[in-house]
Amino acid sequence: MDGNSMWEPKIVAFLCNWCSYAGADLAGVSRIQYGPNIRIIRVPCSGRINPLYILKAFQNGADGVLVSGCHPGDCHYISGNLVARRKFTLLKNFLVYTGLEPERIQFSWVSASEGQRFAALMDKVIADVRKTGPMENQIKEPRLAYD
Amino acid sequence: MTLSENSGEMLNITINGSPVKAEAGKTILEVAKDIGVDIPTLCYNPMLEAYGGCRLCVVEADLGRRKKIVTSCNYEIWEGLKVETDSQRVRRSRRMTIELLLARCPEVEFIKDLALKYGVHDPRFPLDHDDCLLCGLCVRICNERMGVGAASLVGRGAEAKMDTPYHIDSEVCITCGACVSICPAQTPRLKKISGREPIMQESEFELGLKARPNIYIPFAQALPNIPVIDRDNCVHFYNDACRACQDACPAGAIDYTQQDELIDLKVGAVILAPGFCAYDADQKPEMGLVKYPNVISSLQFERILSASGPFLGKVVRPSDKRKPDRIAFIQCIGSRERENNFCSSVCCMYAIKEAIIAREHEASITCSIFFMDIRAHGKGFDLYYERARELGIEFVRSRPFRVEEERDSRNLTLTYEGEDGGYNSREFDMLVLSTGLQPPKTSGEIAAKFGIETDCRGFALTRPFEPVSTTRDGIYVCGPFSEPKDIPETVVEASSAASCAMVALSESRGEDVTIFELPPERDITGEPPRIGIFVCHCGKNIGGVVDVPSVSNYAAGLPNVVYAEDNLYTCSSDTQAKIKDKIKEHGLNRVIVASCSPRTHEPLFQETLREAGLNPHLFEMANIRDQCSWVHMHEKVLATEKAKDLVRMAAAKVRLSQPVTSIRLPVNKRALIIGGGIAGLTSAVSIAGQGFETVLVEKSAGLGGNARELTTDLYGNDVASHLDALIKEAERNDLIQIMINSEIEHVDGFIGNFNTRIKTAGKNDYTEIEHGVALIATGAVASVPGEYLYGRNRNVKTILELSGEIDREDFIVPETAVFIQCVGSREDANMYCSRVCCRASIRNALKLKEKEEKTNIFILYRDIRTYGFSEEYYTLARERGINFIRYDLENKPEVSANGSGVSVKIYDSILKTGLNIKADLLVLASRIAPNPDNDELSKYFKVPLSSEKFFLESHVKLKPVDFATDGVFVCGLAHYPKNIRESISQAMAAGSRAVTVLSRDTIDAAGKVAVVRENRCSGCGACVQVCAYNAVSLDEERQLVTVNEALCKGCGACAASCRGGAISLRGFTDEQILTMLKNF
Repeated sequence: MDGNSMWEPKIVAFLCNWCSYAGADLAGVSRIQYGPNIRIIRVPCSGRINPLYILKAFQNGADGVLVSGCHPGDCHYISGNLVARRKFTLLKNFLVYTGLEPERIQFSWVSASEGQRFAALMDKVIADVRKTGPMENQIKEPRLAYD
Repeated sequence: MTLSENSGEMLNITINGSPVKAEAGKTILEVAKDIGVDIPTLCYNPMLEAYGGCRLCVVEADLGRRKKIVTSCNYEIWEGLKVETDSQRVRRSRRMTIELLLARCPEVEFIKDLALKYGVHDPRFPLDHDDCLLCGLCVRICNERMGVGAASLVGRGAEAKMDTPYHIDSEVCITCGACVSICPAQTPRLKKISGREPIMQESEFELGLKARPNIYIPFAQALPNIPVIDRDNCVHFYNDACRACQDACPAGAIDYTQQDELIDLKVGAVILAPGFCAYDADQKPEMGLVKYPNVISSLQFERILSASGPFLGKVVRPSDKRKPDRIAFIQCIGSRERENNFCSSVCCMYAIKEAIIAREHEASITCSIFFMDIRAHGKGFDLYYERARELGIEFVRSRPFRVEEERDSRNLTLTYEGEDGGYNSREFDMLVLSTGLQPPKTSGEIAAKFGIETDCRGFALTRPFEPVSTTRDGIYVCGPFSEPKDIPETVVEASSAASCAMVALSESRGEDVTIFELPPERDITGEPPRIGIFVCHCGKNIGGVVDVPSVSNYAAGLPNVVYAEDNLYTCSSDTQAKIKDKIKEHGLNRVIVASCSPRTHEPLFQETLREAGLNPHLFEMANIRDQCSWVHMHEKVLATEKAKDLVRMAAAKVRLSQPVTSIRLPVNKRALIIGGGIAGLTSAVSIAGQGFETVLVEKSAGLGGNARELTTDLYGNDVASHLDALIKEAERNDLIQIMINSEIEHVDGFIGNFNTRIKTAGKNDYTEIEHGVALIATGAVASVPGEYLYGRNRNVKTILELSGEIDREDFIVPETAVFIQCVGSREDANMYCSRVCCRASIRNALKLKEKEEKTNIFILYRDIRTYGFSEEYYTLARERGINFIRYDLENKPEVSANGSGVSVKIYDSILKTGLNIKADLLVLASRIAPNPDNDELSKYFKVPLSSEKFFLESHVKLKPVDFATDGVFVCGLAHYPKNIRESISQAMAAGSRAVTVLSRDTIDAAGKVAVVRENRCSGCGACVQVCAYNAVSLDEERQLVTVNEALCKGCGACAASCRGGAISLRGFTDEQILTMLKNF
């Protein structure tokens, strides 16, 4: 890490293909710099994201998770982002209730034209999670239908 | 094999103790930059010859016997060279340089920042307060790049300065501005050289709110997304010099010799869609657009609000970049006036939208809209207008006539006549002029070239009942070139123009199609994954930041990876050939390209796979450019780590990829049209004209629908005879089967394969119709007014009743006629505008005036909504002495019987008095209500209704005739109230959209769709509810869900909603995403 032993957070970002992933591309095309802590997973729609993925991300060592889709009303699949919003509000409330810091799990909307906003969002999430500190196995391996 | 091994001689040097391999001939600075070591520079610029003048870039070079301070920008490396870039001696030397520079230019930001960084505070030398750092960049760029040499550095020591020969304004300066753009002190050097003020090269897309270079990508999402050169202003095209962009482009893509090409095309039809040109508000100096910086046009404000706009979405005013607390919008700039006697149709709504968005950005902003009538005549617009009022946006009914700027604050004072008749003045921080729509500037040229006619303003003329046909056969027009219009109407016209062109060309459909033969797909069943990875340098774009060879080496060691290499440009055509070779040579059955975005390049590589006989879905991309090298340019080590992570994640995912074959479904080439009104008939004729069978089902005993009630339209065109001709044409056409007295009983199936049961009155049997698409054209009904004595007094009629009677011989012209607008519309539960009533009332009022000049006519209205060219008739009506009196919902007219007539009481807000009008005819503009059958029909076809119970299209702006459910389309009044031209246009559009399905032999389902693992499904139906496309359905009998692959769009909402993990999405399976998470 560039000769620097300071702890840096690792963050998983689930981005929908049509808006937020495109916004991330635009940030690139516009050469807007942000921290290298994010690993992006592309999904067709934020509605595709199973809450399980977020738990699994934490289990696998992520210090923070970001989910970003199209702005309300702009979903490529009509209403997938609204389905996602309902799901994640519930999940976040639950995770915060179980003791997870709210900064670790964030949701946002980024459109294909918002490269600047995307980069700013990344820096904000990184800063939030960095402030919160390492995850240190807060979520143990529960037994799930998938295992 | 890596790329770097192929290049020139490599030398081993040491920078800050780390060994580095670098190409011979490079300078220390270049090598340091390549590996991310920061060295401050001032006079260095990669475009120019190294100068070594500023001595900021000094480093300490170990020469063996002694260490020496050298300027890194012009010191070439040699084998075994050892360099320290941040030693104490180096820092001391830099600090001295910075101190001297700071003493010379204490106000220059660049030096102030550097001084802060190096801990230099108060220089020990006397302060000069100069604005020139003597870096010589301006002089050198002028000389080396621009080939001009207008100035030079003169004098020595303390006397040195940049100057022109003989200290006079340069005659050779070409005012290119290179000196301004390169100056680190941001000093307007150009003025010193040429005596002229530099002028900003305005970005066309940002409407002058931002500058742009002479080589630029027009806007972020331009297609193709490649730069263009402004040849009129580029220095290279002036004097053959510069070539900076050519040197900077690693792909060598800049070609100055490209010429415009003339291409001959043989075509059977032409569609003109040149759009509109915003009204040039410079023509209204009294509104201050030219004089005052804080007066802007609505399009400029649109850019200011945009997150990707000139101020990145911050609402600021141009003069001081401060948040404007009070914004006023002035409507009808360049519309509804003597020279432009038409309504631009869109400005009211965009102003309301901009006001709402401005408040969303900054809640403390107040917005006031100065308007004459709010024209919210589109679907959902009145609700939006109401919402704006609830949000506190102020609406002032007035047309301001003077704008003055306050000298110090640069605020603007607006003078206008209030509704009470008195003059008012109010101050605002910023004004937005809602500029109207004008024909394109080149309208005359276009008309001459294509031999079509335009009206006196330059809008294309079209034919009465053929809204997209120009005056010349075979040439069609769509969008605001024929009349100002909103996006949905423009999109509708685009499809209807396509329909007209396809009717004309139906015989030659499919003639120029060449089918590309592909090799058969290799069956990979049972093969272990054999992954091939191709890592792209993208010239310097990735390779300049990420250590590409090390990523490729790393990738080679990942499980199941049998081949990895790096390429200069993986997307180039020679690399495609190479990928195909490697697939064959190594028996690859999965491929990864680590390069740019799958959004732009996935199709290209998938095609390569397919051409090599591999299923295209056995492919993944790792985006190590747009989301890595371009956004982490200064963190090369971390960017390389990230690139490796991304490649590892992609490899983990692709290992689990399976071939996806899209299923093919046959298409029944017949259309079913429900509704035999003018929309249904027009669609039927359009679809039949394109060569497809159509079944037209009409509930009543005759064709024609609501249009039968009308004789002429606003412009005096004969509706009745057009309708007669249309019905005859439909009846005569062998491809059109008409079923009257018939209703839908049941609908089964999906796109391409519908099966509908139809019941005809008087027949015992049902008729079963198989069809590939369905068009809903069931129209609307006239509501029966429950107020104003309707039905209780024979002098009270609806506008539709009057339209039917007025042309009859025995019609008696009344002495006084009163029209009441918005009867039942725009209030309570029916918060929508019926759109056509203002035109209809004015048309009938004018007819009454034609019959008897002395007739007194009063039109009682809330907003007159004569949008587009019908504004002329509103003007004409006022000229003819028709009285328009406005009323509010709080002061609705009161009607009572009065002898042989009625009397109407109304409060006139201009005269400020109540009026009592005795009339012998009262006409009610009654609401257009949705067809009561809509509810049932929407269930049959599983398509939604809006809150007003009209059919709700897939996207109100961009897909105005489609539904989310494929294969079903809507047109005419079933969609929303509209006039005949708009109905015809939408009917042709629906026909055109329908033919995009009918013209295919098979439909390929997307492939990457949801699949159900039946043994896990409990039949709970959670997935059925979240599917927006009705693709998932519950099989009650088996207690299982099934996915219709033809309807599934692959969003995955169902998969994410499944409690039992029974639904999987091909291409994005749970297993694939979970393994990526394990490998992140």
